Amino acid sequence: MTRDIAVVAFAQTDHRRTSEDLSEVEMLMPVLHEVLDRTGLKTSDIGFTCSGSSDYLAGRAFSFTLALDGVGAWPPISESHVEMDGAWALYEAWTKLLTGDTDTALVYSYGKSSPGSVRDVLTRQLDPYYVAPLWPDSVALAALQAQALIDEGYTDEPALAAVAARSRADAEANSHAQLRGSVPQGDYLVRPLRTGDCPPIGDGAAAVILAAGDRARELCERPAWIRGIDHRIEAHSLGVRELTDSPSTRLAAEKAGAFERPVDTAELHAPFTSQEVVLRKALRLGDDVRVNPSGGALAANPIMAAGLIRIGEAAARIHRGESDRALAHATSGPCLQQNLVAVLEGEPRHAQ
Amino acid sequence: MTTEILKAPLVVEFPFTRSLGPVQSAFLTGLRERVVLGVRTTDGRVLVPPVEYDPVTADELRDLVEVAPTGTVTTWAWNHAPRRGQPLDTPFAWVLVRLDGADTALLHVLDAPGPDAVHTGMRVRVRWAPERTGAITDIACFEPHDSPSAGEPPAHEGQFESMVTGIVAQARLDYTYSPGRAQTAYITALADRRIVGERCPSCRKVYVPPRGACPTCGVATSEQVRVGPGGTVTTFCIVNIKAKNLDIEVPYVYAHIALDGADLALHGRIGGIPYDQVRMGLRVEPVWTEGGGYPDHYRPTGEPDADYETFKELL
Ligand SMILES: [Zn+2]
Repeated sequence: MTRDIAVVAFAQTDHRRTSEDLSEVEMLMPVLHEVLDRTGLKTSDIGFTCSGSSDYLAGRAFSFTLALDGVGAWPPISESHVEMDGAWALYEAWTKLLTGDTDTALVYSYGKSSPGSVRDVLTRQLDPYYVAPLWPDSVALAALQAQALIDEGYTDEPALAAVAARSRADAEANSHAQLRGSVPQGDYLVRPLRTGDCPPIGDGAAAVILAAGDRARELCERPAWIRGIDHRIEAHSLGVRELTDSPSTRLAAEKAGAFERPVDTAELHAPFTSQEVVLRKALRLGDDVRVNPSGGALAANPIMAAGLIRIGEAAARIHRGESDRALAHATSGPCLQQNLVAVLEGEPRHAQ
Repeated sequence: MTTEILKAPLVVEFPFTRSLGPVQSAFLTGLRERVVLGVRTTDGRVLVPPVEYDPVTADELRDLVEVAPTGTVTTWAWNHAPRRGQPLDTPFAWVLVRLDGADTALLHVLDAPGPDAVHTGMRVRVRWAPERTGAITDIACFEPHDSPSAGEPPAHEGQFESMVTGIVAQARLDYTYSPGRAQTAYITALADRRIVGERCPSCRKVYVPPRGACPTCGVATSEQVRVGPGGTVTTFCIVNIKAKNLDIEVPYVYAHIALDGADLALHGRIGGIPYDQVRMGLRVEPVWTEGGGYPDHYRPTGEPDADYETFKELL
């Protein structure tokens, strides 16, 4: 790596069950303004803009082009879009900054799950020949993984309930979260997963600003330097994968340098309680690591933004001096199919 | 102004027509013939369902074998509330099944009386659909079945009479569409036969229809501005092909119309004038039909044409 690149600002919406009063751009725009305000930058100061979203969620074709209205994209800006979680948009922006073409990037993502039935919508990302015709919904696939973990003795229902309770208790301190405080574990949705093991369905958006080198130091008192970032994917056939492990997460973490020194904080994108069990194991996180102080995806899971929010939350803790070295993880696809790991660091506080 | 948020059902539905590679074709044709095929990898493992390329080495895979229609559940999940499109409409278990002779598991469903009747390691067999077309749903489901595990799978040529070469996968997703604040206000005003745009607080441009944001400034528009009803044709085209389900005679003119007071042209059909007499600068006004909710088309007002200088910025 030839340049140091940092997350210098982060903003997110209050995540809600529905935002039917707002179009996507109306939901997104306040977050774009907030993240720019934090740095004092204007759209015209940003060298590269990259976004992540999926038209399938709200059933609106080319919604990402309409969302660009909220950026102020005229005269034309340097811009890109991924049909992926915003964490992957951040990855693209990071590589763009590495080229040295520009010093600042705006990354945003948003998802409105409320207009559709997200469990069914997500079946459309599956293998169209052998799997999608069966319409296995997202909870069902996570439940197959959870049962495999239980069968192999990695967890049990009380342990999963404890993950749910800890996440929502931590979310008490996060005013943006959708599910906070005491949330009943509820009935089985797809056994062995209960409603409490599953993420809330909701709408939301997030945005991050990246900056390189001295520009980052100008824009942020304590930049969250990206020491490494990598993403890996597993075979698409569920029956080929070892569902109780996440070799792709482990490899991404290794490539991102996560195992070189311990982290104090980890923001894990685990929409289901059972997936936190898999990730802790794959990432070898000890009990001394603060996992998901934001409440994680179990407290707010705006699809397409929830992974970017993990990076944003980890960075914000570094900005605030609450963490010195944090791991952020994002996932995509069924049962943690694709995983991204970023390692963020703040400069030593005594040196400031 | 506060208006009730508009909502309407929106169904997105389309068939995907997909061609099959040689291994997929053999597998799906085999299901039609009640034969389950797997594919052998270079390191000797048998993948079911079979894929065209090795998920680890990316080697091209072509060595087919016939595995048994019986197997073992490797994990399961009880679905007490079946959803549209799923293989059974009574409560069932999602299962990954490793068929006898295979080294990997196939995702499908298991028909069982309840969750207490299902466990990892249980023996199951394929229940074939009565009508089979060469699709994964030719396996209706699995059912509990006590049988000893079968042995090494024999090789299979993967050739059947009239091979299936493609599938048509139906997809339907249901949404409740809501246009958001700005467009709700616009549509609501249209129902009153008023055309209302929104002004950008920064550059002062008036957008019709408004989308809630000024794409130049990236800020919210909120000041509502009544525009029109008169307007000017800035540019147009002549439509010669009849659209499906559209009850309009061709040829007709579709135009960009800059309504008086708007800084962006909207588009609409021009009527009440022969198609070959429509011109840039023509002055028009909306024609509303009873209960239409929006202008059906625009017709000439009879005013003199607008000077090009007055609308060239709106082209
Ligand atoms: Zn403006």
